[in-house]
Amino acid sequence: MKTIRNMAAFMFELREGLIIALKAVAANKMRSALTTVGIVIGVTAVVLMSTAIKGIDNAFEGGISSLGADVLYIAKWEWFSDKPWWEMRRRDDITMDEYRRFASLVTLPAATAPYIIARETVKYEDNNIGSALVTGTTERYLATTNFEFAQGRFFTAVESSSSRYVAVLGSTVAENLFPRGDALGKEVKIGGHRFRVVGVLEEQGSFLLGDFNPDQRLFIPIGVSFKHFSSRRHSSITITVKAASPELVDETREEALGAMRKVRGLKYDDENDFGINQQDALMETYNSTVGVIQIGGYFITGLSLFVGAIGIMNIMFVSVRERTREIGVRKAIGAKRRTILAQFLLESSVICVMGGLIGLGLAVILSLFVDQVLPTSVQLDAAILAIVISAATGVAAGVAPAYAAAKLDPVDALRYE
Amino acid sequence: MNIIDIRNIFKIYEIGDVKVHALNDVSLRIDKNEYVAIMGPSGSGKSTLMNLLGCLDTPTSGVYNFTGENVGEMDDNDLAEIRNREIGFIFQTFNLLARSDALHNVELPLIYAGVSASERKERARKALIDVGLEDRVYHKPNELSGGQRQRVAVARALVTRPSIILADEPTGNLDSKTGREIMALFNEIHGQGNTVIVVTHEEDIARHAMRVVRLLDGKIEIDEPVTNRIVPEPVA
Repeated sequence: MKTIRNMAAFMFELREGLIIALKAVAANKMRSALTTVGIVIGVTAVVLMSTAIKGIDNAFEGGISSLGADVLYIAKWEWFSDKPWWEMRRRDDITMDEYRRFASLVTLPAATAPYIIARETVKYEDNNIGSALVTGTTERYLATTNFEFAQGRFFTAVESSSSRYVAVLGSTVAENLFPRGDALGKEVKIGGHRFRVVGVLEEQGSFLLGDFNPDQRLFIPIGVSFKHFSSRRHSSITITVKAASPELVDETREEALGAMRKVRGLKYDDENDFGINQQDALMETYNSTVGVIQIGGYFITGLSLFVGAIGIMNIMFVSVRERTREIGVRKAIGAKRRTILAQFLLESSVICVMGGLIGLGLAVILSLFVDQVLPTSVQLDAAILAIVISAATGVAAGVAPAYAAAKLDPVDALRYE
Repeated sequence: MNIIDIRNIFKIYEIGDVKVHALNDVSLRIDKNEYVAIMGPSGSGKSTLMNLLGCLDTPTSGVYNFTGENVGEMDDNDLAEIRNREIGFIFQTFNLLARSDALHNVELPLIYAGVSASERKERARKALIDVGLEDRVYHKPNELSGGQRQRVAVARALVTRPSIILADEPTGNLDSKTGREIMALFNEIHGQGNTVIVVTHEEDIARHAMRVVRLLDGKIEIDEPVTNRIVPEPVA
């Protein structure tokens, strides 16, 4: 019973305090508006920051999943390793012959394919791409990906084995060369050689991945790549291995490791002279990098909130000083310490939450612009965060001034001129 | 029964190394429905006495029983409650909230008493009618004359039905005609059974009361009934 009565009394005081606070804010419109500016900026920054980070995260995750969580990349190079690069450079190239032996040894993968990359100029009429990533591979490559086609198809086993001059374009490549979307069947020039376009990929939307992003790549039969685009720097192939299911990745990896060591003729105590790469490694590196950016970003935006809070605190001190007599009167007619404390805490919270709401609105508008570069939008959790943060800022900034008001002696306060 | 029972009260302020005896062994009893004027020149301790009577302050030593409760042992919260429930303050400078209308000003003590919104609006409106301000309910202090402002303050003091009405120089900021009107209102309030204490330095104001307590240098010099009492004409 007592707690219910206390709750009711608390709700009563809260409601009355809120009305008083709103009146006080309304009475000083200009000042309240100016005071909120600091909070508006702070909240806008925090919301935009979290939105942008979420956008980057989503983009990266989208991109990395197009790499496939269940795909291994066996290469001369290890993506992330402690080994010095010059040691890895001394390793033997992985050859097509080795790939064939490897493929005959493994049983677990859903698909395997060799590929080799090169950078070449790609042209169609007046449109050209200076340095496109040209991937030479076999028809089997398709089975290691999640590619979908906007137009046409991947090249066939026959086209691959007989090294035809056919090409499949990533969506960005296709857009750049064929703004009108009529790529299929046209002849493009890759490194000066003519290739017929047989397929265009659906957009994968993974802009962050750069070279890995299929949107920015072209695919041609690997034989043609070896013939024209093989250099000393790009003469080692990569073997992509797709596990039958995500649960089987580890087993597939073990089997691939054994098979590859066998192909290379390594003794049991020899070190691997190749790398088995996985997107996990990419993810870890990404997380640690973005983690640093996040901390930095939140620190800077937090700083702007802090400055805003100091502004509120300052104004609240002025307000308490100005209304000393009013506080005296309120106390004389029965306001308790905690009532006065609550009144000023509520007042600074009201100012801050108003600022928070304005900041949130501003962030939503600004995020529409950010969306042009980085696909993103303000999420509900960011909105809730903004309101919670601004209310908390209000309370934090209001504590000292409200306490000063609450502990005023009524006699002195009434006498204050 | 004594509403106010003060015994051997001292109030000592320390200003640097100097001790100032604002009140020096004061004893005073006030009964229900008395009308008392507290007089004295500035520095006599009458403001200090008023602050103590109004439970705004506590004595350095001595006992203050207010409606049977020992005020000297109360903390800030208890004092606030006593003030809210038992004391109606009227100040020289009115001390209304400038941005609130008359109704809200009168409502204020009821808010702190936890009275529901509908009930307190009704009571506040009734208190304003009682002081003759039925057509000024929604006016803000700056839209009211001095006399009207003091009437709002009187309504605010009365709205909680307190045990005592404590007025500090209630006519100090009013012209003499308006002052007489306010004193007539006090007479009326007293006639309704209220206990009224008026602190003043004006002889003419004090003569409205039934008893006058004169302070000098922190002591009660004279405590006597008023013989030549002014009974104001009721204001129409």
